[in-house]
Amino acid sequence: MKNLLNILVIFTSLGCINIANATPEQDKETFQRFYMERFPDVSKEDFGNGVYALDQDARDQWESMSDFPPYEDDLEAGEELFNNPFKNGKNYANCFKNGGENIRQNYPKFDTERNSVITLELAINECRMKNGESALPYQKGDIAKISAYMASTSEGSLIEIKVPNDNALIAYEEGKQYFYSKRGQLNFSCANCHIQNVGRKARSETLSPALGHPTHFPVYRMAWQNFGTLHRRFASCNKQVRAQPLAGQSEDYRNLEYFLTYMSNGLPINGPASRK
Amino acid sequence: MLSIKIPFKFLFIIVALSIISNIALASEMDGKKIAFDRKKGNCLACHAMDDGDMPGNIGPPLIVMKTRFPDRAILKAQIWDATIKNPISIMPPFGKHHILSDAEIEKLLDYLYTL
Ligand code: HEC
Ligand code: HEC
Repeated sequence: MKNLLNILVIFTSLGCINIANATPEQDKETFQRFYMERFPDVSKEDFGNGVYALDQDARDQWESMSDFPPYEDDLEAGEELFNNPFKNGKNYANCFKNGGENIRQNYPKFDTERNSVITLELAINECRMKNGESALPYQKGDIAKISAYMASTSEGSLIEIKVPNDNALIAYEEGKQYFYSKRGQLNFSCANCHIQNVGRKARSETLSPALGHPTHFPVYRMAWQNFGTLHRRFASCNKQVRAQPLAGQSEDYRNLEYFLTYMSNGLPINGPASRK
Repeated sequence: MLSIKIPFKFLFIIVALSIISNIALASEMDGKKIAFDRKKGNCLACHAMDDGDMPGNIGPPLIVMKTRFPDRAILKAQIWDATIKNPISIMPPFGKHHILSDAEIEKLLDYLYTL
């Protein structure tokens, strides 16, 4: 009840009252329109560059290192891992459509048989297990490198997430609920920072738009000195507000990723990317 | 006699004053520390205040507090739970969620009134 109230309060403040029972498509329209009206000078694709779409100084610094991106070695390692055969002689290409190339824009997917959101990282691990390999840890390391390589083969392809049936809609609604609910001792929702206060500064950190959040993951953060998956970033944002971070690929995080990625439908994949 | 008494009295007042002002200063310092510390108030995340380095700009600058908040209870309520006044406030409910203790909030208030 309290959560629903928050959803309404926030959405009402965005100038849209009827959204609690809007379709995903209507949600997406409102969501994208909010950012485009708030930042009329930023093109739709550019929202995928996060804070750098809003802060020119930060962008100049960031662009000056794009000739030699800090993730180059890890990205190459990801390509090698992707192509290396498993012990049984098969490899990742055998598990995915189109040999695993140019598919990032279709993840996460709703699997209508298992009634569950399947993210790219989950699919990578399921591919390994199907082929007799052990699962990789979810937040960083090899899985992030492989995912980064796969994202790079989708450069420029437009995100196209689908909500195929009523069960998918439930998962979507749960993700949406997570996004708008306040949590943690400090009492923040994702929306408080990335919608309500987008573009403002928390100390010296500009708050990025949630539109475009999923386009460029995994992200290589200078603070991490390696790649992290989207779920690793969710966990960092949970910790910032002293909320209990969830495990990578937990159902809540997968549903959140589903909602968040749907909101970015139509934006081009531009990952992996580097961030402060 | 009188000429001796006065300096004594005077001295006493000076000593007393300096003790009092030291106490006031100490509590002000504590209050400032509570306001600035990232693990405590972290007010600088959102508010420009005092000589704080790299403040955020989510909330309004905290200035001329005495004039703007003559009633200490109202200022305390804002810090205790900002959502009472503004239900969609993003400001953390410092008292209600036990982010700061009551004693810490009192020190913080003393400090805010120096701004
Ligand atoms: C207290 C403020 C705050 C809250 C609450 C918060 N974030 Fe963040 N988030 C940040 C900051 C600061 C950054 C780093 C700067 C930036 O990119 O916005 C960030 C970064 C991110 C990024 C990476 C952006 C990029 O371009 O690489 C994602 C994705 C993200 N947040 C999602 C979320 C989600 C989902 C939630 C809720 C579970 C959430 N955030 C809650 C402050 C917050
Ligand atoms: C995450 C952001 C955030 C943090 C952290 C924060 N505030 Fe605020 N504060 C706000 C916002 C936003 C407002 C505007 C009114 C509202 O929404 O409650 C505000 C309003 C206020 C006001 C009323 C100011 C006025 O001019 O009306 C005071 C006083 C105040 N804050 C004090 C503090 C103190 C002291 C701290 C630290 C202990 C603090 N705030 C921490 C966001 C924050």
